[in-house]
Amino acid sequence: MSTLTKQDPFSRLLESAPTNFTAARILAKECYLAQGIPLAKAEEYKFTNVGKKLEQNITNFFNADSFEVSEELIKSSIFEGFKGDVLVFSNGKFLPAHSAKIKGIEVSVLSEKSDLALGSIAKPEKDPFAALNQASFENGIFISIPKKAQILKPILLLFFNQANEGQVIQPRVWIEAGDFAEVTFIEQSVSLGETAYFVNKVVELKGGINTQLHYYRLQNEGKPVLEVSNIESDIQKDARFTSVTISLSGDLVRNNLSFNLLGSNSEGNMYGIYLLNGKSHVDNHTNVDHTIPHAESHELYKGILADQSRGVFNGKIFVRQDAQKTNAFQQNNNILLSDDAIINTKPQLEIWADDVKCSHGCTVGQLDEEALFYLQARGIDKMQAKGLLLYAFAGEVLEKIQEESFRTYCDTLIQERLGSKF
Amino acid sequence: MSKDNTILEELTSKEYEHGWSVNYEADEAPLGLNEGIIQWISAKKEEPKWLLEWRLKAFRTWLTMTEPKWANVHYPKIDLQALRYYSAPKQKKSAKNLDEVDPELIAIYERLGISLNEQKRLEGIAVDAVLDSVSVATTFRGTLSKLGIVFCSFSEAVKEHPELVKKYLGSVVPMTDNYYAALNSAVFSDGSFCYIPKGVRCPMELSTYFRINAANTGQFERTLIVAEDESYVSYLEGCTAPQRDENQLHAAVVEIYAGAHAEVKYSTVQNWFPGDKNGKGGIYNFVTKRGICAGDYSKISWTQVETGSAVTWKYPSCILKGDHSIGEFYSVAVTNNYQQADTGTKMIHIGKNTKSRIVSKGISAGKSQNSYRGQVQVMKRADNARNFSQCDSLLMGNRCGAHTFPYIDINNTSAKVEHEATTSKIGEDQIFYCNQRGIATEDAVALIVNGYAKEVLNQLPMEFAVEAQKLLALTLEGSVG
Repeated sequence: MSTLTKQDPFSRLLESAPTNFTAARILAKECYLAQGIPLAKAEEYKFTNVGKKLEQNITNFFNADSFEVSEELIKSSIFEGFKGDVLVFSNGKFLPAHSAKIKGIEVSVLSEKSDLALGSIAKPEKDPFAALNQASFENGIFISIPKKAQILKPILLLFFNQANEGQVIQPRVWIEAGDFAEVTFIEQSVSLGETAYFVNKVVELKGGINTQLHYYRLQNEGKPVLEVSNIESDIQKDARFTSVTISLSGDLVRNNLSFNLLGSNSEGNMYGIYLLNGKSHVDNHTNVDHTIPHAESHELYKGILADQSRGVFNGKIFVRQDAQKTNAFQQNNNILLSDDAIINTKPQLEIWADDVKCSHGCTVGQLDEEALFYLQARGIDKMQAKGLLLYAFAGEVLEKIQEESFRTYCDTLIQERLGSKF
Repeated sequence: MSKDNTILEELTSKEYEHGWSVNYEADEAPLGLNEGIIQWISAKKEEPKWLLEWRLKAFRTWLTMTEPKWANVHYPKIDLQALRYYSAPKQKKSAKNLDEVDPELIAIYERLGISLNEQKRLEGIAVDAVLDSVSVATTFRGTLSKLGIVFCSFSEAVKEHPELVKKYLGSVVPMTDNYYAALNSAVFSDGSFCYIPKGVRCPMELSTYFRINAANTGQFERTLIVAEDESYVSYLEGCTAPQRDENQLHAAVVEIYAGAHAEVKYSTVQNWFPGDKNGKGGIYNFVTKRGICAGDYSKISWTQVETGSAVTWKYPSCILKGDHSIGEFYSVAVTNNYQQADTGTKMIHIGKNTKSRIVSKGISAGKSQNSYRGQVQVMKRADNARNFSQCDSLLMGNRCGAHTFPYIDINNTSAKVEHEATTSKIGEDQIFYCNQRGIATEDAVALIVNGYAKEVLNQLPMEFAVEAQKLLALTLEGSVG
């Protein structure tokens, strides 16, 4: 931690930050300086030492400039079967020229919306990296879906990252959806170049009454990616938000996902798979905040860990005193495939109301020997049988993806990873 | 609803049964904490030099440590310099056997319902009674010593079996373990010592009864249980304190060592004064309890019923070092009014084929906060480790809270770990079902709570189970929200 404790490596980045959104940036800077980069002992980052990784891999603590992305590259990066609109980002900056104009939706670069209440959802005081992003991001995207708009085609947020000198990439996304609107987002990153970089992403999702929002993420850059993301959303009355996070690689990935249930009859669903090998390290920290009565949340995360990979799961369900009649369910299942793999899981319930139904379950185990034997007895070789069972294990989460093309794509990726096509 | 509230009020205004105190002449250390006090305590107890040095070393370590802040409890800072670290009832001379113990002290225990008189006692329980800082009497010593079992106060053990104490003291809970364990190591006054030799099955339940009487006194007792290979012992611990306006500190350390094929069962019914209904007074209970299953096929089982204390901070743990060893933790923690409890366990799987089981039942009522905090750790070489954890919470009243903080850290593919937790209140349908069958609401609640906690209560030895059931009913009956 030597250099990090001596002098904050982000101090120069903070000094050279853009001048728009002044109030938000000043507040965020204060929040960041108050928190600092979490050290190894910080409870929230106990198993994920971001500071150490930064020190080892990042040499240039400045925002990376955007670079030119060719149409061919965009075309080849879109997954097979996708039928929707694509919004393109280069090193975190939105490229309107390369992006689709989507009918009925307002899309613009974030700097044009200077009156936006940045940080009102992903609050900078909650996480140092969210604060850092808010204080020093260069440009992001603003997406607004009007009232009652039903956007049937999914929107792909395609992030191209290439930072040459171990730089910092700070995407910032603001999505607001009006009452009764319905929309699906898919987030995917493409890593170009060979050098390491640090992605510090913030996504704020603001919904209205009865908004139906799906947010799918795929983390499969294949390269050693160092990423911290903060995705937070406010969920109003009758609204339903669903998030699915599929993590297939990452040198050190930390996903902070928070749902704030603010209106009655709202529903928040969080699903995820982390299927890791090599030395990957993926940390999912989820937080569901029940602030009002009659809301519901469901959470299911599944992990398969091979080689020397490490999975961290921390699921926090917070039920406030007035949030009576809350239903909150959480489940985390893990399979370790190697003795060098590690799982640290902490399903955490904090309940301050009494008339609630909350449960969490957590398991760590192996494949059922009998199921394996059953398949082998029917002529399926052991490797294939294992793959089949693991695929079924992950399948429960895949089913939650409603967008068919994306589900099929993830399905194929997972099958490939599990070593058997069927 | 209004009827329920009346019942709740009646109940919460109920006086703490053991809230009285007795005036007796006491031998007290001056207020405050420094090396001089530690030397004073050590001299008072005529301790050997190595123990004094051990204490001083612990004290110096403690000075470098800071109070832990991670627990989900809130209390004003404790002024450790305003406490008295030693208080002992003045006895005319040291008692060699029960007949010589001051009848006044025996009367105190009679009043608590603990008879120190061997003839009157139920067959099969030996008691070590600890008042403030010292052990006043230990019963059935003769019977036990015939089997080679040593059961006496800690100070006597230091004098009579220094080699055993020296070998095991601090071996499970090192003096540097945590802030309160270090403090205890520096100033511990008395406690119980129990040694079961190889192959001996202890024929009776051994029991310690702790009582804080003096004001402004911290109680720092230390219990050490050593079960050699192939032995068995069941150990009980009970505690009460007088009702006082100021908070009192209790920071104990319990260490258990189990050899190969040995089994130790440790049961606690903790009924320290919980403070009054406005949250005034009460005991701060900061306890470190840990056992090591050192030998193969050994077993340690913790059972606790926590009903008292203003603030509880307690994690009885098992280190499963021997292959095939077993650790168990059964807990019922009840909080009412302004009580706060942060309790749970740690199961550290080191040996192969080790098993652990955690059953934790929390019940919160009034404005209390009840947290389960536990860790299950499976080390790399702990093949075929198995853990099952269940932590349920029952909420009564809309101003209380129930929290769970389970840490599950697995580093072995063959581990099977399950964790389950649920939180709910007593269902109206359940109450209605009972009402329909002619059971009054408050009886129905008692019935449901007892049923809910039964899995744990069943683990208690018979006499304790009865006491625990009564306590549960007393703390909660009718408090449905």
